Amino acid sequence: MIPDSSFGQVVSLSAKRLVQDVPRPGSGGAVLRDVLAGGPFDAAVTGFVLACLGESTDPVLWVSDRMSRRENGQLYGPALRNFGFRGHVLKVEVSHPRDVLWAMEEGAACAGLSAVVGEIHGAPEVLSFTATKRLALRAETAGVPIWLIRSGDHGALSAARERWRLSALPSQTHPYNPQAPGAPLWEAELFRARGRSPGTWVAAHDPTAAEPANRLRLFPQSGDGQMAEDDRATADLAG
Amino acid sequence: MDRWQRMTAQQRTLPDDTVPVVLARQGAHGPVIHALGAAAQARGISAGERVVDVQAIHPDLHVEPADPEGEGALLARVALWARRWCPWTVRDGADGIVMDVTGAAHLFGGEAAMLRDMGARFAMQGLSARLAMAPTRGAAQMLARFGAAGTICGPQEVAELLAPLPVVALRIDSDTSRLLTRLGLKTIGALMEVPRVALMRRFDRIAEDRNPLVLLDRALGRLGDPLNAPGEGRRWLARARLPEPVIDPVPHLDGLAADLCTQLAQAELGVRLLRLTIYRVDGEWRSRNVATASASREASHVLRLLRGKLDGIDPGFGFDLLTLEALRVEPLALHQDHLEGGREAGRDVAALLDRLTAKLGPERITWPVWVQSHLPERVEGRVPALTGAPAAPPVLSRDRPLRLLTPPEEIAVLYAVPEGPPARFRWRRVAYLTTRHEGPERIAPEWWRDRPGTRLRDYYKVEVGDGRRFWIYRQGILGDGRGGDPHWFLHGIFA
Repeated sequence: MIPDSSFGQVVSLSAKRLVQDVPRPGSGGAVLRDVLAGGPFDAAVTGFVLACLGESTDPVLWVSDRMSRRENGQLYGPALRNFGFRGHVLKVEVSHPRDVLWAMEEGAACAGLSAVVGEIHGAPEVLSFTATKRLALRAETAGVPIWLIRSGDHGALSAARERWRLSALPSQTHPYNPQAPGAPLWEAELFRARGRSPGTWVAAHDPTAAEPANRLRLFPQSGDGQMAEDDRATADLAG
Repeated sequence: MDRWQRMTAQQRTLPDDTVPVVLARQGAHGPVIHALGAAAQARGISAGERVVDVQAIHPDLHVEPADPEGEGALLARVALWARRWCPWTVRDGADGIVMDVTGAAHLFGGEAAMLRDMGARFAMQGLSARLAMAPTRGAAQMLARFGAAGTICGPQEVAELLAPLPVVALRIDSDTSRLLTRLGLKTIGALMEVPRVALMRRFDRIAEDRNPLVLLDRALGRLGDPLNAPGEGRRWLARARLPEPVIDPVPHLDGLAADLCTQLAQAELGVRLLRLTIYRVDGEWRSRNVATASASREASHVLRLLRGKLDGIDPGFGFDLLTLEALRVEPLALHQDHLEGGREAGRDVAALLDRLTAKLGPERITWPVWVQSHLPERVEGRVPALTGAPAAPPVLSRDRPLRLLTPPEEIAVLYAVPEGPPARFRWRRVAYLTTRHEGPERIAPEWWRDRPGTRLRDYYKVEVGDGRRFWIYRQGILGDGRGGDPHWFLHGIFA
């Protein structure tokens, strides 16, 4: 396997995936990551990005264009604390995706931010491969992770180091009320990544977990059988 | 009065010259006369009388509201403008300017010529001035207000010229002046003849600046009375004069910014508001303002801010002078960066705010502020990041969606009338079947803010077939007397 690129990489689709292979999207260093919405009006993307932002109390620059605010609504501040997010959000609301990209580039050069999040709806002309390449390089030079939330886009070219697609799954059972929706579950598909193989997981977010690393957990998708298989593979590896 | 005439003449026709015009301000017992025009003066009206009294005598009186603050601002400006004659000028009360022209009169061809020049220049501004020149400040003040117009008083004739003036001219309290008048001391001359000891004994309890004896001594030059003129603020300005007109300002900005920042560094100041002005060859000028979030004197930062502003500046046929001026400065001590070369995070963020605000406008870059309210859309406010600071969000016990639609969008819902949970709904032309729901959470209208007739809201968190979770609400209940059938709205999306 060529370790540094996912192009031409042999992807094993069998059940032989190791448990250690689960990616940790929040701690992979300062790179550009794309998060695509699996369907329309899906806030799973926002939830996933917020869950990955981590523990830092430095401000987060949150840039959005007019279309994404109109389609998916605005980020609602009072919910962030309940979601386990501790920082402050510096909101930049512009109308054109061109300004979103410019503001993100400016933000990426600023070491005082803990992250830069940009929201762009659809696949506008300005969000070309070159634009994403610039963002990716900026993120790696300045050491500020950049998250690009793209809704209404089905995977145009991008130079992002990790590309995720998030969609909502039926939620977990509510502990007290079987009629009510419980804690959220998402289907997280990593469909392109540098230096690792892609895959699909089920993501669960628990903001009350004591260990910050345990707040966002990714499980293999196919249920208990897969887990058993994984356990055996781990045991094989260890033995 | 002159200011009122000048300002009013721009908006409407002034009343006829024969009509008595007065400006009125609010007094303790209704409006009193603040200033009056020539026709009113000719009729014997005086400032300080009550408007109703004067109106009873002169039914054709034309009354206008006075603007004491505007007059004060004008006077302060004019006092600075008057430094064209001498370096020390200061405002004197509500209606005067004192200038110390010592050693300046010969520049204008003597004292008489200087007074004529002053009168002419004030008249050019549309202001009428009563001028007087005297060896002491007190004498000049008295002669300008109570003496003949344009009096020039030599050092030997102070006592002689002041003697016929009334004692009120000394600027003493009305109680003191009434007492003096009752004692028969109606003029300053009479006061000067009274033995000093008697005056001192009588007025020893009155403060210095209202004591008739002290004021008289000052006017006659027996006591010192220096002028304390406020200094002019220093202007922080860098300018570049070009031998030939050019069209592109960018190559000259480096030098300007470096020059300005060096000046500021020497004074340990940082700039908060900058203005770049280009003076075009056709006599026009164009300027751009740039504000910063925190005081800064880094030339590179200033340059980056200015670059974003130059797009719309119109150079015309070229310009040959450009200036960079710091309009507002703040103290900024020398700052040590981290020894290992890193930059300080807070300063980085402030610089970022400047750049974003300079390009996108202050209302686009916001910190959230929190409002005590039950209605979800009112909880989060916003404040421009350049002026505000982030605040910790409130801790909510309720589940709230991560994204909120503003405004809420109306949906068609199938539900068990009157208060059943939503079974299926239609939003943005797509039908959804709810599989699970939680609620209702009732949020009543805030009667202290909302209009009467606002309906309550019952919020449900619903999950549809594919797992998306929405926050929808029913506005009102059937038969609550505040409208017909309740409407449903989709307000937010849960993660």
